[in-house]
Amino acid sequence: MDLILLFFIFTLAAFLGFELIAKVPSQLHTPLMSGSNAISGITIVGALIAAGADDGSWITTVLGTAAVTLAMINVVGGYLVTDRMLGMFKKKDTAAKKTEETSS
Amino acid sequence: MNREIIVNSAYIAASILFIIGLKMLGRQATARKGNLLSGLGMLLAIVVTLLDRQVIEYTWIVVGLVAGSVIGVACARLVKMTTMPEMVALLNGFGGLASLIVGTAEYFRIRGGTVTTENPMFTSSVIFLTILIGGITFTGSMLAFGKLAEWLSGRPTLFRGQHIVNSLLVVLTLGAGVAFVLSGDPESRLIAVGVFTVVSLVLGWTLVMPIGGGDMPVVISLLNSLSGLAACAAGFVIGNNVLVVAGCLVGTSGVILTIIMCKAMNRSLGNVLFSGFGAAPAPDAAPTPGAMTGELKPISPEDTFSVLEAARQVVIIPGYGMAVSQAQHAVRELAELLEQNGAEVRFAIHPVAGRMPGHMNVLLAEANVPYEQLVEMDAVNPVMSSMDVAIVIGANDVVNPAAANDPTSPIHGMPIIKAHEARTVICLKRGKGTGFSGLENQLFLLPHTRMLYGDAKNSLQGVAAEFKSLAAS
Repeated sequence: MDLILLFFIFTLAAFLGFELIAKVPSQLHTPLMSGSNAISGITIVGALIAAGADDGSWITTVLGTAAVTLAMINVVGGYLVTDRMLGMFKKKDTAAKKTEETSS
Repeated sequence: MNREIIVNSAYIAASILFIIGLKMLGRQATARKGNLLSGLGMLLAIVVTLLDRQVIEYTWIVVGLVAGSVIGVACARLVKMTTMPEMVALLNGFGGLASLIVGTAEYFRIRGGTVTTENPMFTSSVIFLTILIGGITFTGSMLAFGKLAEWLSGRPTLFRGQHIVNSLLVVLTLGAGVAFVLSGDPESRLIAVGVFTVVSLVLGWTLVMPIGGGDMPVVISLLNSLSGLAACAAGFVIGNNVLVVAGCLVGTSGVILTIIMCKAMNRSLGNVLFSGFGAAPAPDAAPTPGAMTGELKPISPEDTFSVLEAARQVVIIPGYGMAVSQAQHAVRELAELLEQNGAEVRFAIHPVAGRMPGHMNVLLAEANVPYEQLVEMDAVNPVMSSMDVAIVIGANDVVNPAAANDPTSPIHGMPIIKAHEARTVICLKRGKGTGFSGLENQLFLLPHTRMLYGDAKNSLQGVAAEFKSLAAS
């Protein structure tokens, strides 16, 4: 892959990132953090390639498998816990209903 | 159509899903859907990578995927909302370690001759960066986790010559990095990798060590950013677009959160990271004359009830103490009783209250407090003087008026919630100790402030019981 092209993509992505996140209400800071944390698990793509390469070296396979496991914990845990959190953010009427259900 | 094109098109689609997902995560109404879209992007990226022509052996991949999923699901299901900061720190750490390992594995593949690079010096440089950032992220997050979970002291740890040790470690890593990039000798390259891997791990630990519990919102955001940048660097190592884009998005979003957190404390990032803030209660700082006079006036739950019963406008200001005593459900119950009594109740949330960005919001949401009731600092301060009662629950520095009116205070200039402007202030507190900054809080000494001592949850339930017995009689 052309290096210049990668840097080009990197630069654009950085500006895009700033634009996307700049105006998030503090309300959503935690879900945003854990949600973006899950995205950083994208390193699993590199891990899969290392684990599946089968180039006759046990080192790469061991390292790759460990990386796949760790990145998968990051991905699955991150997305699910973010979803669980966001499921709790409710408007007044639904919140009241939920409270009645749990108290009755 | 050849496989390369399919894989790369799918990566573009995944990148688009991440971007739209992040965008939607920024709005309350669309946040959950946004997270789902971003998750779909991840699924797509994983599935299509399995089609990559480099991937030919699936046994160990399946093992890793299954093990990771099981642990991930278990973590996400079992974690308590009060321990969310620990969970985020832990996941950050795993992501960082995964990137570190990807970088190392790629090094071994190049060393073994199974992968050739067009530009060995560039690849070596980014392998070095991946391992460095990944290593710092991993041990830094683990230490942050230990401090948050209180397995380790949350107080900042300082030792003599700390800055010198850190500087030496940085020099050592960079030296090993340069040697790794420039050397052509396989054996010295292997040694160099070993050296900077170990040193970057040590560095993550020593960098987070002097940072105390109250500064954790900044550290967590920063580590979040680093975990993204580590993935981004790994993308440069294997020449993969989707890693570069996704990692970079996470990196920048983490940077923005870090800046927001620093601003909310009116401190620079450098000050947060290196000053050892809150290490000692600055004994030589002479109290400003007149500023600290007054006494702590305790109040009982019964008297608190009498005050609250007459109140029409109530603002509740939660802090880390609410999380510690798990008082969020008791708070919500009291808020409902107050509303039934005809009062208008607001929750005022300081951006750095708690141990991670948005910590209080998550806890109150868990207790079914509707989010319309939660107001930000800037929205509540102008109306504070019309509040009959401000209830401060386990918050300290974020309501300390010294930040506004005492130029000698270490927290001077930090934006605060102006609880002192309310007609009556009731502070729930475990004991007479100081907050994270080690400062005595002027708010507690004001003539119209009352201290309700004891565990926040018990105190709140005590007050709520008074309301209930009134309703019953």
